[in-house]
Amino acid sequence: MTSPAIDPARYAELQDTAGAEFVAELVDTFLEEAPTMLAELRAARAAADADRFRRAAHSLKSNGHTFGALTLGALARDLELTGMSDDAAQDVARLDALEAEYMRAAAALRALRHG
Amino acid sequence: MAERGARLLVVDDNKVNRLLLARSLELQGHSVALAENGLVALEMLRREPFDLLLLDIEMPEMDGLQVLEQLKGDRHLRDLPVIVTSAIEGLDNVVRCIELGAEDYLHKPVNPVLLKARINASLEKKRLRDQQKELVRRFATHEVAQDLDTSGFALGGHRVQATAMFSDIRGFTSIAERLPPEETIELLNTYYTLMFDAISGQGGVVNQMVGDGLMAVFGAPLPLADPCGAAVRAALDMIEMVDLFNREPDRAGKPVIEIGIGIASGSVIAGYTGTQQRATYTCVGDAVNLAARLEAHTKAVGHPVLTDDATRLGLGERCQFESLGEVVMKGKAGPVEVFSLRLGQKFG
Repeated sequence: MTSPAIDPARYAELQDTAGAEFVAELVDTFLEEAPTMLAELRAARAAADADRFRRAAHSLKSNGHTFGALTLGALARDLELTGMSDDAAQDVARLDALEAEYMRAAAALRALRHG
Repeated sequence: MAERGARLLVVDDNKVNRLLLARSLELQGHSVALAENGLVALEMLRREPFDLLLLDIEMPEMDGLQVLEQLKGDRHLRDLPVIVTSAIEGLDNVVRCIELGAEDYLHKPVNPVLLKARINASLEKKRLRDQQKELVRRFATHEVAQDLDTSGFALGGHRVQATAMFSDIRGFTSIAERLPPEETIELLNTYYTLMFDAISGQGGVVNQMVGDGLMAVFGAPLPLADPCGAAVRAALDMIEMVDLFNREPDRAGKPVIEIGIGIASGSVIAGYTGTQQRATYTCVGDAVNLAARLEAHTKAVGHPVLTDDATRLGLGERCQFESLGEVVMKGKAGPVEVFSLRLGQKFG
């Protein structure tokens, strides 16, 4: 059994402090921005730009934690801290895993947003 | 108690972070502007006033550490409180931010309760700092205000080598009794203008005026290469100026002014003292007391300018003094050798 893509407690806390309506808008913003961040990660990997790679991973980590997307946050954090490896194929595999987890988190967020 | 609304700038390259932080702050009653990187933020800070900056570290174009460095080097933005909000890891990054002048550090995702507490604390500190600055601007001399501006505002003293000078008009009370009040005030104003010119012309600072007397310091708050020389030159100028003033044609038949000057040098504690309503730059120490005693002693010996040995030694062979022997002064344990400055000399 896998853990939920979005931690319900963290999401509820966010709604509590910022307001449910605002959080719904914030989810929309994240869903708009995240694909750009994922693309940025791949572009940085292709250009072998370690700084850019780390920065994009850092940004995704931060947003993951904000919404309670704990697994997404953890994967992004791992990319931020270990950085780009010498093995491009291995990095691409990690990016694929990150993107898959993002799809799962995005679906959960969409459901919560309309829920 | 809730701090009333302040104007805050949030800098973060990540849109979600930016919007969420702005939301938290707006819910706390503040008005918020947004910038997406350090360059944009600096531009905004230089264009309009803000009470506080919330700064992300990881950003393209110009990162948070670079922003902190720029702020530190900017006289107008140096005092702006900065709270760093970042998801960056590692204690060394936090330490760097604090070293670069950040007031506080909050880890992302930011806890709203903590955010509120830190912001209110920072704004309160800024309010006190602004208040003190305003007081100094109102009450301090030009030199002191400038010193504060360049060195940053700090209450509390430091020890410096300086020369203290006291001066007053001899027998001023009897002069004042013979003059109509408006002429007395006019006389005092002219006198003060002349003395200020002489003292500031040599790099000294007048920091006290009481009645017909004044106190000046040479060597603080701005260090002087030769504080003893500056004070002695100022004294000679003061005597000469008063002499010229007495000989002005329109002063014929008016009372003649004579002044007495006491000068002493040594280690003093200089700093800002005062109350909520009034702050002033002042010096305390043996040299200050001695200068006041020497000034009082001019009346007893009939020599207009008296100095201590330290001031005389500071002048070396450049200037001529006459020893008046040792004198027991109030507040001094042993007798003090007193020197009278020979008037009318010029030296480099």
